[in-house]
Amino acid sequence: MQQIIFFFIRNKNFLLFAVLFVISLGLTIQTHNYHNNKYISSANYITGGIFTFKNNVTDYFSLGRENELLQEENVMLRQELEKLKKNASGPELDTTLVANKFEYFTARVINNNYAKTKNQLTLDKGERDSISIDLGVISSKGLVGIVSDVSNKYATVQSILNTKSRINAKLKKSSHFGSLVWNTKDPNIAQLVDIPRLAKLEKGDTIITGGRSTIFPEGILIGTIRDFRLDEDDNYYYVNIDLFNDMTSLEHVYLIKNNDAREIIDLEKGVEDAEQ
Amino acid sequence: MQNNDVLINIVRFIVLVFLQALVLNNINFLGYINPYLYLLFILLYPLDGNKTLLIFLSFLLGLSIDIFEDSGGVHAAACAFIAYARPVVLKYSFGVSYEYNTIKIKKADPLERLVYIAAMVFMHHFIMFFLEIFSFNHMLLLLKSTLFSGIFTTIVILCTLILFNRKTQ
Repeated sequence: MQQIIFFFIRNKNFLLFAVLFVISLGLTIQTHNYHNNKYISSANYITGGIFTFKNNVTDYFSLGRENELLQEENVMLRQELEKLKKNASGPELDTTLVANKFEYFTARVINNNYAKTKNQLTLDKGERDSISIDLGVISSKGLVGIVSDVSNKYATVQSILNTKSRINAKLKKSSHFGSLVWNTKDPNIAQLVDIPRLAKLEKGDTIITGGRSTIFPEGILIGTIRDFRLDEDDNYYYVNIDLFNDMTSLEHVYLIKNNDAREIIDLEKGVEDAEQ
Repeated sequence: MQNNDVLINIVRFIVLVFLQALVLNNINFLGYINPYLYLLFILLYPLDGNKTLLIFLSFLLGLSIDIFEDSGGVHAAACAFIAYARPVVLKYSFGVSYEYNTIKIKKADPLERLVYIAAMVFMHHFIMFFLEIFSFNHMLLLLKSTLFSGIFTTIVILCTLILFNRKTQ
């Protein structure tokens, strides 16, 4: 017995180190699973508060640019509205009565990183603003990411600049679809994989979200084709995309909630269960 | 450790965490290079201080940075490792004088000091980036990040030491 106690006392530094190292390895591996980082995440009360404080200060430096972005978006929305007005026929619908499939919320980015391989953003809206896991996040220019974790007042977002991220995307002109991934090299360039070789690609073609997921509606802008090549076994294209979004300076974003998501997922799950 | 030392280390811990989370993590020099100045806490921890306590404090330091960065436990692991390895690195870089407790990091021979700081920084960065990237397909990215961030961190730490040394003299 004494021997054992002496052993522990003699090696206490190594044992403490080993225990702590294993704990941190556990935490690291845990974050590699999608939205499982419940405890160690910046969506908690203290870090969220500190980031909000920081953002209240730094917000003023980008006001001019943000205003320009909002104006651009307003112009775009006005044009859309004009088009709709022109095409509208019959009595006007009372829009408050028709349930919308997609609901939009606004949020502010209080922390953003883009230099790592698994990037996350932190937003200043949480559960109490009816934000939940798996909502899509976009900016006025295009795709940003998916909510991965929420606390009462804050939410973290898995950015599209994250090696774990895989989002359904398609060509605007031909509807061939693939997956949007990121190869960690450049925060302004993402990759589109699994586009079949039948598709005719050209530099400058627009890429949009595919609408095959329950998270994003169809047609949200992602970027344009920078260059492309066939992959090793020659069946699929590997496409580099210039993102419309400047992921390095995000300030205001929109969250998209799909009110039918629950229903779609339940239905698909039912089908899967029946097949087994 | 004297009372004064305890106070200085507590203040240093808090200031470094805030500085790292709010300022230094946003530098992104050339797109991806950040200095990790918070290692200064581990480097400057009193040489005659309790080693077990240092390992635990370093783990907490790394974990605080991890919470701000949403990176799981990569900083915590790297910090715990270099805290554990510190006595070995000290002996290697300062030789016998370390064993007799006659050395002060701020007043040591510049070359010996550089070896000590660089060794600690590069060990930390390698473990941190290895755990963060966590894939053998990105070996080049790992080495590149370690090298450039390591150089940047070393320079920033040396500058900070020089800056604060002047004041106390």
